[in-house]
Amino acid sequence: MIDRLRETWNRAVAVFRGSPLDTDLDAEIASHIEAAIEDNLHLGMAPEEARRRALVRFGPVVRAMERHREARALPALDVLRQDLRFTLRTLRRDRAFACVVMLVLALGIGANVAVFSVVNTILLRPLNFHEPDRLVWFATHGGKGGLSDQTYTVSAFEEFQRHNQSFQDVTNYQTFFNSIQYKLTGRGDPLPIVGVQVAENFFPMLGVKPVIGRQFTPGECRKGGRAAALLSYRFWERQFGGDPSIVGRTIAINAAPADITGPVTVIGVLPASFDFGAVFSPGMQVDFYVPAYLDYWRTWGNTLAVVGRLKPGVSLAQAQVESNILFPQLRAAHREWWEDYKSTLSGLQDRVSGKLRRSLYVLWCAVGLILLIVCINVSNLMLGRAMSRGKEFAMRTALGAGRGRLVRQSLTESLALSAAGAALGLVFAWAITSSLAHQSQMALPLLSTVRVDGAALAWTVLIALSAGAVFGIFPALKASGGNLQDALKDGGTGMSQGRRHERVRSTLVVSEVALACVLLIGAGLLSRSFLRLLDVNLGFAPTHVAAIKIEFDDGGSLARRGPVLAEILQRVRAIPGIEAAGMTDMLPLDRNRSWGMRAKENVNDRKAHGAFVYVVSPGYLETMGMRLRGGRDISWRDGPESEPAIVLNEAAARREWPGQDPVGRLVVGPSRREARVVGVISDVRESSLEEQASAQMYIPITQFNPEGTELVVRTRLPISTVEPAVMSTLRSLNPAQPRTHFRAIQQIVDHAVSPRRFLALLVSAFAAFGLILACLGIYGVISYSVTRQSQEIGIRMALGATAARIQFGVVAQTLRLALIGIAIGSAASFVVARAIASLLFGTEPTDPAIFAAMIALLAAVALLAGHLPARRASRIEPMAVLRGV
Amino acid sequence: MGKGNLELLQGTLDLMVLHTLAGMGPLHGYGVARRIEQVSGEEVLLNQGTIYASLVRLQQRGWISAEWGVSDNNRKAKFYAITRQGRKQLARDTAYWGRLTGVIGRVLAFASKGDER
Repeated sequence: MIDRLRETWNRAVAVFRGSPLDTDLDAEIASHIEAAIEDNLHLGMAPEEARRRALVRFGPVVRAMERHREARALPALDVLRQDLRFTLRTLRRDRAFACVVMLVLALGIGANVAVFSVVNTILLRPLNFHEPDRLVWFATHGGKGGLSDQTYTVSAFEEFQRHNQSFQDVTNYQTFFNSIQYKLTGRGDPLPIVGVQVAENFFPMLGVKPVIGRQFTPGECRKGGRAAALLSYRFWERQFGGDPSIVGRTIAINAAPADITGPVTVIGVLPASFDFGAVFSPGMQVDFYVPAYLDYWRTWGNTLAVVGRLKPGVSLAQAQVESNILFPQLRAAHREWWEDYKSTLSGLQDRVSGKLRRSLYVLWCAVGLILLIVCINVSNLMLGRAMSRGKEFAMRTALGAGRGRLVRQSLTESLALSAAGAALGLVFAWAITSSLAHQSQMALPLLSTVRVDGAALAWTVLIALSAGAVFGIFPALKASGGNLQDALKDGGTGMSQGRRHERVRSTLVVSEVALACVLLIGAGLLSRSFLRLLDVNLGFAPTHVAAIKIEFDDGGSLARRGPVLAEILQRVRAIPGIEAAGMTDMLPLDRNRSWGMRAKENVNDRKAHGAFVYVVSPGYLETMGMRLRGGRDISWRDGPESEPAIVLNEAAARREWPGQDPVGRLVVGPSRREARVVGVISDVRESSLEEQASAQMYIPITQFNPEGTELVVRTRLPISTVEPAVMSTLRSLNPAQPRTHFRAIQQIVDHAVSPRRFLALLVSAFAAFGLILACLGIYGVISYSVTRQSQEIGIRMALGATAARIQFGVVAQTLRLALIGIAIGSAASFVVARAIASLLFGTEPTDPAIFAAMIALLAAVALLAGHLPARRASRIEPMAVLRGV
Repeated sequence: MGKGNLELLQGTLDLMVLHTLAGMGPLHGYGVARRIEQVSGEEVLLNQGTIYASLVRLQQRGWISAEWGVSDNNRKAKFYAITRQGRKQLARDTAYWGRLTGVIGRVLAFASKGDER
């Protein structure tokens, strides 16, 4: 066995050491023959005879060397090497062809690898946690509505943790981390930083271990305990230069509405591979983590996001059954709970990427179609080339090359091309994935961790091999088949083989057109959905509006807040270029929360009563471009002493007083106090562009504490030119104002539509690529057909056919190919469109406009592709052709 | 000539080469070829050149080693010598051939008896 291995190894090595081994053998044979001559001379032969006899005894030298080579090396590998060398030589001769094919393949394979990397990262690769398949996400209200509708109170969490039997452990984090503005102080300008409050067992349960330092201790997780923080790897590198000695030291952190202020001890640094935002809040970069003091949050309502780890052997369904029974029991024991926390449990992975599954699979299919089109196209090009090389192949057959050998040679050629294409494609894929990984504006989970990894490399090899085989097999069989005499006799013009050949190529082009048609229509539908989405009436005007996080100093007194804020707004409005300004604590499509709100007369109604809450200043509604439908805006007169005022949206008004004017009526709202409805505004899309608005309420910042404050301004100037003036104004009024930056509201909208844009953009790019390829295919086939028929065309023209007539003939031929392809493609599109119906928005899967437009586009491009050869055909000189020049 | 035949011949030649080297000590290719011709009565080797495929195969299996040296009459030549593994293999192959020829002999003898009946 070992001997065999040794032999195989030596043989493989020998393949690459051919020439030194041959030289050695030459010397050995020479020495052999000389020894034989010498012996013969000793026997008394004449020198001539001695030499002749020696050579005869030795036998044919070439044969001996051949057998030596066969014995010492791997014949198959040797042949492969020859084939490869031959391939490189022929491709070098045909440089233009090789470049086109490689580029087309590189684009096709590159796109495939890039999409695979994304799909693999988001859908296929398990989350980077310990045994991630046992992690479960909890959501109330089926995961619908705002954050407050999906989260738990401290009491609900604790009771479930205590009484459940299905989970090894249950943990939580504070979902309203965005509402707490942390500042890093004591190091120059106060720096706004992003922190998340997590339960004591959060990291241990996920299996995330600090690279330096340790986890939180129970003491640090209790109110009054020593303040401790874990840093994210990125923040540690950026802010502390990756200095390990930071662990154990204190940093000064200031949090606006939470309990942490003052020195916080850094107890560790989390690994670079842990990205909270990528999993739980796409697009967000978290700087540090502090313990959530459950006692502090106990009175805050639904604020905790809950994640559990199943006990080994317990299924998700079993856990769901237990939760269905347990939560109502707990509720029965706690009359003070607002709701029964009917929970939907799902795998954490599912929760992270489940919504994207369909989009990503569609993307995967689209890019697969592209690869198919690429293969057909390259196959077509190779067929064309095989045709022009028919003589070469025939000659080689005549010289004794077997059919198998020719097929192998041809396949080697296609595999070499696909390997080169794959190598180039990998570079493309790498460029695409690394640029995707830095798209922080994209609301796709895990996107920041996308990269070309081992799986993607394996995928590349797989698709390169199969592509090479798919586009190589046709030309290979074609090249090796056929009639030797025919091929040697004529160059392939006008003979039966040429025509048969053309039929194969036409079939390929038709399928190419059909696939491109499917892609185009799919892309058309998705793009139209995207445009429809952009057309949605948001209820506010995002252009020219930007928001910046601010802090103000009212000394904790509601009475002083009005004048302080009024002054800020007045000073900001005075800055040249600023048209309007207002304040809110939460922006639409950004973060949100909801509280109970009912018409006073409906208070005992048990229907859903939540409404999104926005604590706003006078002028905010106008600045955002929200439209008042009745009543008035909030005013500075709505102070701490006056009657609580509230502005509702139409959805809230409809829910509480269907068909009646709500202005002037009373609601029971925030803090279960009565408030007077002073105005009604048009609905504002607050959670997503796709969903209708839910009930919303806007309450005066002078009567209620905001959770963080955003200053919103409307200006036609570029926001960066206004920012310094705004910042210095804010600083002059409050020196503690951290150095924050404006966010364009449009950017928030873009973030919300980014997954759809991503899908529409990519599929459109693929469709465009497919269209170009189909166009190239048509051009190639028609062009070849014109060349083949040039003699016939010449004769027809000599017999009186006009140039226009000839041109028409060629165009008609093109159109026939295109129309067959389009017919098949449209039929297939109906099926495909139905399959992607759930991804469409405001667009019917059978949208006639899209179908018509895409078909017209495809036909037009096909005509264009046929036009060039048609012109060439019409310019054929009959005399020249007839003379055979 | 079928493939099976070639295999058999190949194995046979390899065995003879091993045996020759085991008995004679290091030899060059010509020496091995001559020796086999002499012993077999010139019946085995059609061409002396055939020996080299066998030599390189045995060498790659690690059963013989090769080294350039100088022959008795002061010529540069490549000398082959059997290795320890080669001797083991020779023992195995010799035993195998013994059994095989024995079996074939018996079978053929039986067959010819059948013919007589």
